[in-house]
Amino acid sequence: MNQLSTDRSVSGNPVGPTVGLSKATVFAAGTGARSLAEVGVIILTAIIVIGSLELALIWFEVPQYVLPTPSAVGKALIKEFPLIAPHLGYTLIELSCGFAIGASVGLFLAAVITQFPFAEKIIAPYILILVTTPMLALVPLLILRFGFGFEPRIIAVALASGPMVMINAATGFRRTDLDKIALARSYGATTLQIFWKIRAPMALPMILVGLMIGAIFGLLTAVGAEMVGGGFGLGNRLTTYSSMINMPEFFAVIVILSTMGVLIYMFFFWVGKRWASWET
Amino acid sequence: MTAKLTICGAGKSYGDFDAVLDCSFDVEANTIVSIVGPSGCGKTTLLWSMSGLHELTTGEIRLDGQPITAPHPDIGLVFQEANLLPWRNLIDNIRFPFEIKHTKPDMEWIDHLMDRVGLKGFETRFPRQLSGGMQQRAAIVRALSLRPQVLLMDEPFGALDAFTREEMNRLVEEIWLETRTAIVFITHSIEEALFLSDRVIVMSQQPGKVQSDYEVPFARPRTQETMSSREVFDLTNLIKADIYGATTHQSKAAE
Repeated sequence: MNQLSTDRSVSGNPVGPTVGLSKATVFAAGTGARSLAEVGVIILTAIIVIGSLELALIWFEVPQYVLPTPSAVGKALIKEFPLIAPHLGYTLIELSCGFAIGASVGLFLAAVITQFPFAEKIIAPYILILVTTPMLALVPLLILRFGFGFEPRIIAVALASGPMVMINAATGFRRTDLDKIALARSYGATTLQIFWKIRAPMALPMILVGLMIGAIFGLLTAVGAEMVGGGFGLGNRLTTYSSMINMPEFFAVIVILSTMGVLIYMFFFWVGKRWASWET
Repeated sequence: MTAKLTICGAGKSYGDFDAVLDCSFDVEANTIVSIVGPSGCGKTTLLWSMSGLHELTTGEIRLDGQPITAPHPDIGLVFQEANLLPWRNLIDNIRFPFEIKHTKPDMEWIDHLMDRVGLKGFETRFPRQLSGGMQQRAAIVRALSLRPQVLLMDEPFGALDAFTREEMNRLVEEIWLETRTAIVFITHSIEEALFLSDRVIVMSQQPGKVQSDYEVPFARPRTQETMSSREVFDLTNLIKADIYGATTHQSKAAE
């Protein structure tokens, strides 16, 4: 034992600051402990990929309306961004409102339904239908009923993200470790305590997966709904720019959309690393 | 000696299958009683009933004369696996029972226990960062932190290697000498049972019944020398013969 702890302090990880140690290992795959050489390789690869695309497009004289060069897209992104920014705001409003509604309802239903296996059996097919049906198909109908404003889009986002959140969260809540529940019961835990202190933390990794997939599905649906009808939002920009054959601007919007998707992914990945890293 | 825990005609059936049938024995205060028997003899079922997690079909279990029908604060339970919550670090795992009960943990006592089992300095580690033996020691601290009058242990060291297991047995004996909690200990290992117990109860299979009840008269603390003595060897064989259903002829031949 003594030998062991001396070894540890020699290698720079004494018993005291173990929290720091565990955080470092947890974040190693994320943003924390990347070496300079690694960063160099990543940047170099990006430069080579984008640079060769640029050169190839120029070399083969690909017309701009087929595929604009990365530099043209970059210039358009900078030049048009003040015009695109409000639309980005609208899309974010639709996404956050729709996702907040869909995710809360989805989480709540998942938590309740998994407590009653019979109710779950009755409801499961409808949830599956909601998951597999592209909610975009409903957008024209929603527009007929709610007009060209935010409402049909928010509803579509909620309908797309809610079932995704629910189906994943339900999988999480259904994972019952009977020994852990027995442990809580042996200390006289109530059903509510068992839910908050055992079931919910145990379901958290799956809930986060559900939230991530739900948010990305919500983004796809928001943009799709904007393309179907209405005069604002990033999806609307896409249809406008493509109808005017403004391809660099069109791709600038695409770049913004993929960045949003990546940020959503990174956010939930980070939350997972931070609060659900006990499960690898 | 007074009976701390009384098991009186205890029976538990699932449909028409009797897991435990008509078990009766007493656990005196300040003693360790081991229950051994083949797998599927209802040891765990009986132990869970003692903890109040299961209801009995027939009979009753009494703590100081009071029937146990629900989990009781004076009865602690240690599971087959450490059963720590993986999303909590060690000290938060040990605080868990107090959170459930909305009471303040006795940190002095917990610190003492942590020190006793050699987990001092590991409070902020997560279960996955610890060995199986360390996890089980943390589970023992968690169970003892509430100062139970009876500690039920369900094959607590079954998953550990032989060396760790022996170390853990010594630890349980030391802690018991200090706290004098009555312990009911389920095990597959007769050696473990004889090392720890004042009494060994042998259960038979299908239905789970008390087959025999042995006094273990050896003085404590039981040294390596005691454990390798003729008397221990003979008692081990006697219990083995009892479990495996060997004939008296064979057990005599062993002598």
